[in-house]
This record gives sequence, structure tokens and C-alpha cells, in this order.
Amino acid sequence: MLNILLFVVFPYVALAIGIVGTIYRYLTNQYSFTSLSSQLLENDWQFWGSTLWHYGILPTTVIHLAGFTVPKIMAALHSTPEMLYLAEVAGKILGIMALVGVGILLYRRLASSKVRTVTSPVDWIVLALLFGQVLFGLILAFGYRWGAAWFLHTATPWMASLATFQPAPQYVTALPLAHKVHFLTGFLLFALMPFSRLVHIVTFPTSYAWRRFQLVIWTRRKAAQ
Amino acid sequence: MKIRSQVSMVFHLDKCIGCHTCSIACKNIWTDREGAEYMWWNNVETKPGVGFPTQWEDQEKYHGGWELEDKPKNPQLKLKLQNRLQTFANLFSNPAMPTMDDYYEPWTYKYGDLFNSPLGDDQPTARPVSRVDGKPIDIKSGPNWDDDLSGSNIYAVNDPLLESMSDDDKRRLFSIEQLFYFYMPRICNHCLNAGCVAACPSGAIYKRAEDGVVLINQDKCRGWRMCVSACPYKKTYYNWATGKSEKCILCYPRLETGQAPACFHSCVGRIRYLGVLLYDADQIPDAVRVPDEQLVQRQREMILDPNDPSVIAAAKESGIPDGVIAAAQRSPVYQYVKEWELALPLHPEYRTLPMLFYVPPLLPVLNSTQENGAQRVEAELFSSLEKARVPVRYMSRMLSAGNDEVVLKSYRKMIGVRIYKRAETVGDVTAEEAADALAQANMTAEEAEAIYRLTSLPTYQERFVIPPYSREGDIEEIYDPQQRKAESGFGKSQGAHRGL
Repeated sequence: MLNILLFVVFPYVALAIGIVGTIYRYLTNQYSFTSLSSQLLENDWQFWGSTLWHYGILPTTVIHLAGFTVPKIMAALHSTPEMLYLAEVAGKILGIMALVGVGILLYRRLASSKVRTVTSPVDWIVLALLFGQVLFGLILAFGYRWGAAWFLHTATPWMASLATFQPAPQYVTALPLAHKVHFLTGFLLFALMPFSRLVHIVTFPTSYAWRRFQLVIWTRRKAAQ
Repeated sequence: MKIRSQVSMVFHLDKCIGCHTCSIACKNIWTDREGAEYMWWNNVETKPGVGFPTQWEDQEKYHGGWELEDKPKNPQLKLKLQNRLQTFANLFSNPAMPTMDDYYEPWTYKYGDLFNSPLGDDQPTARPVSRVDGKPIDIKSGPNWDDDLSGSNIYAVNDPLLESMSDDDKRRLFSIEQLFYFYMPRICNHCLNAGCVAACPSGAIYKRAEDGVVLINQDKCRGWRMCVSACPYKKTYYNWATGKSEKCILCYPRLETGQAPACFHSCVGRIRYLGVLLYDADQIPDAVRVPDEQLVQRQREMILDPNDPSVIAAAKESGIPDGVIAAAQRSPVYQYVKEWELALPLHPEYRTLPMLFYVPPLLPVLNSTQENGAQRVEAELFSSLEKARVPVRYMSRMLSAGNDEVVLKSYRKMIGVRIYKRAETVGDVTAEEAADALAQANMTAEEAEAIYRLTSLPTYQERFVIPPYSREGDIEEIYDPQQRKAESGFGKSQGAHRGL
């Protein structure tokens, strides 16, 4: 029963809150979508913290998502021992980068009274959860090696079962506690997205790659449309 | 020809008395909010001086503006800050972000302590506390810390513009009998080729086509802060409380109701002029790629004569309303910038095509001699201009990308006007000398009279020729006027809260 609650109901609820909440917030309060940077107030630690964190966590997240969405390609990529070894090393390096980065971000937020001023309670919650999530991810990486391989036979079918609305929690219920905590924290963070600064993830400015440098807007022509 | 109209500005530096009334008028209306205390959309600097933020003109430090590619054939323009790829790479930590120390930490005083302190032997004091974290601070700097050259041997010597000057000139600048200074009021230049617009990853910054005002869409701004770095004038600011960037909006709500912007309206010295310029937008890509010494001339060429029938026809073709064309024909800015070539853009070498122009200050240039205890203007001023008190080099470094001749031409005209009026009103200069001065400045007596009138005796309506706006007609059909009644300063109907 608890397993159903944790690994079927909770993921659906978290996804629903995350997606619906973020869309609702975007439609009703676009003003609140910002990175809420504090670089102006503290610029010594910010570079190391933010850069290590984002350069570590972004590839890690993309690799996780690839494991869910294109498992066959990922399996093919890891089909040789060399590639599996490479994935193992790369994953650990990225994870350590992220952990050091979020650690620095946590430290500077605690140490600088100016940055503390612009920190809300939910910022602390999110930051602590992110730290814990990366920490548990690294525990898995170091404690249960060759994650690139077992990931595709545990987390992937579980996520696939959720995506096809035929939930099969048995893929993950037998796993050790560290795994379960990592999974649940992931969904909790997703659910927290519309209530925190995490919404800045969806504002990644891709259109800057091709947009014109100068923007000129006619109020009248826009209004006439 | 794609003609657009720009509400442009002229600041006559000779008339600026450095009273900071403009700054206060602006602050009281727009930036007395949390997170915006440190912003000065309008500020007044003493030159020579480090300015605000400290040494903003040092682009090796701040990486603002554009630069031409270093190749002989068909060089392209690129942002000094970074290219598009680097923008993504640097998204998480802005590489050239000024910190609060480059501006100053805003503070207030614990005035309550003056009233609430318990009885004691000592006079209670109001300690300064930070407006950011509320902690007591030791005030080490502020805006205009070097006002009127105070502490010039600590501050003004670090003026980035002094680099290009000889040691002898520098020594003269700071010797007590020979020093000079003047005031530089600065607002957003509402550039035609703005660095902030180009650098914004979110595409939140835009130029209003109707009047050329550059604005930041507060809903679209995601706080990446690239505009702060890319603006060479450091006139976009990051609001640390709301997580959005903000800048001078040229008081567009006032413009739309026919009023001059607050800093213009409140100007005590009446140094500010505002009017429409018509320009050819198709020429922008070429105008920003000419060598440094041609930049001012090229920018002037883009600005079109609003009385030329072919320009009027083309302007109508481009959708410019008759009322705006009529305003352009009466524009004082057109006269100063194009007709008389007196007003010059600030640091054209940043290649943003700034649309705020400065008439260089004449007063410190002019040497006068004592004669029987009274001052007498020298007739032989032109020979002395080159060895004038303000090294022309300093002014050209600031207002013409190093082209001395552009500044000298402006100065010759101003001196010509002065001698001409001196001959007429005081009479200690002969008519021949006056005619000679006008000839050297290549100017007629009528032009000298017109410059004199617009400089010294302009009415409110002559200083500010605000084009008619038809905003109500444009937007009334789609917006309920009551909807915006409780807005909080930015046309926002909800309060400007940080995050959720």
C-alpha cells in the first residue's frame, strides 16, 4: 500500500502539480519568472558555485532524461566495457561538480548577510533538497556502480510504466533505501517547481541563438493585430 | 529609405550648475523602491572624475558596447562582452557583472534612535545602516563621492579618459590654479544600436518604434543581467530585490501626456532640450562600421532634414504621422546636432549610436585676461584654443572618439557667438573682430543670433518639443483604463514582488 502511494500516486501528483502549476504561474504571473540572481550582491563565490553547479547538473539531468526517453540508444551507447567505464567516470565527475557547486551556493547564502536578505524560506528548502539529491545520487554512483547499466532496467521501466499509465512500482520497490530517497526527492523537487525559483529552468533563452540583435516594436501595429 | 523618429536629447554642459536636481526628481518618481535605491537612472558626474559606477568608461574592465572585428576587409561589429555562444556558456555567471561595490551600498540612518534612546550622558546618534541587509555600515563611498573634484588626487586621477593625455596635461589638471572641471549629467542614451538590446538573452529589451525609447519588458526579463554588462554607459541596473533589470524609461508616461521627462522639467540650469529627430534606419549597419574619427559625421548623416520634401514624403511612407514630422521640424535637437553641429554624442566609439548629445562646456576653455581690474575677453581666442585650459584632447576623447577637429569646430562656433554678442551688447570688442570670429567659425550673423537665442532665451515650448502621441487611440480598444489604476510604477497591475 505504501509502495503504491509512494511510487505511483506521489509521482503522478508531483508531475501534475509541477506541470499544471508552472503553466498556471506562467499565464497568471509571468513577472515572477526570473533567475533571481544575487550576483550583484556577492560575486566572489557566485562564479564557482553557480558555474560548477549548472555545468554539473545540466548534463546529468539530460542524461537521466535520455535514459527515460531513449533507453535503446543509451543502451547501445554503453554496450562496450570501455563506454560503460567512460559513462561511470563522467557521471561521477559531473556529480561531484554539482555537489561542490551546490555546496558553495549553500555556503555563500549562509555566509553573506546580503545574500541571506534575498533568500526566502522556499529557497532554503530547495537548496537543501538539491544538495541532498545530488548527495544521494553520488551515494548511488559510488555504492552501486555501473549505474548506466542498471538504471535502464529499474528506473527506466518504472518511468515508462508511469508514462503509459500502467504503473509498475515493482521495478523499484525492491531497491535499497538510498535509491528510493533519490527517486522521491526528484519528484518532490519537480512538484516544488511552481512554488520556487526553479521555474527559471523553463526560461532558458534558446531563441537568443537566432534572434535579431536589435528589436524594434511598433505599439500601434501590435495593438492593431 | 526606412525612416524612423526618435525623441532625442541635447544637454548643454555650459549651463549645467551641478545641482543634482534632475537626479532627485528622477529618484523621487522612479527609484525610491527596495532594490532600486542604488540606481541612478539620472546621475550627474564631475569630470574629470571616475563617474558612476566607478570608472564606467573603462571598457577593458566592464566590457560594454561594441567593437569592430580586427580585420582589414569588411569588418563586422560584435559585442565586446561576448558572442552568442558565449552568452549561453556564461548564462550562469555573468563574466563582466559590476558588483554593488562598483556602485555603492545604499544606506539610511537609524533616525528612531534619536528619539528612543534612553537618558544618558551622551548625545544619541543616528547610525548609518545598509538598505540591503539592515546592518550598520561604515560608509566608504557613494554616488558623487568625488563631486566638485573632492579628493581629486584619490578619485579623479583614476578617470579612464586621462590615459590618453600627456603627463604635463595631467599635472596641469590637478594644480590648483589651473584645474578645471565640469558636470556631466547622464541618463540612458536610448541608442539606435543599443548594446543592452543586443545582449539580452530573453529578448526582453526593445526600442519603441514610435519614439525610440528603449524599454525593458518587466514580464519577459529573466534577470540574466547581460544588459548591465553590455551597456557601455552602465545605464541598465539590476534590481536585487525583484530580480529584474531596470533602466531609464525617458518618463514615457509623461511624454505620452505631453510633459517633458522629470529630469528635463526640473532642470534648474535649463540645460536640457528634447525633440524629435528623423533618421534613416537603413543606414544603421553602415554607420556603426566606419573608422573612429568618422563616427560623429556618419551619425549626423543618418539624421535627416525634416523640411526636405523628399524626406517628408519618405517619412509618411514609413508610417510617421504628420504631427511627428511637424514636431521634428521644430526640434531644438535637430538644430543643435545637425544644423549647427554644436552637440556631440557621448563616446561614439562604443558604436551604439547614442541619441543624447552634449554641447561641450566652453567656460573652462576660455581664458580671460585682467585689464584694469575687469575681465576682458581676448579677441585672439582661436590661437589660444589649442593651448586652452581644458585640453581639447580630453573633450574629443569623450565626445568625438578622439577626433579633435569635430570638437574644435563646435568650440569655434561657440566662441564666435560669444564674441559676436560681446561686440553687440558690451562693445569692448570691435565689429571687425566679431565679423572675423564669425568667419573663422564659418557662420553667419543670423546663425550666431539663433544659437544665442536657443541657448540663452528659450521658452519651455522651445526647449521641449514633444511630438503628439496617440496612445489612447492606439490602446484604448484593447485595454480597460481602469485595469491599470493600481499599478506600481511600471504599468504593472500587480505589485512588483520578488519571485512568488
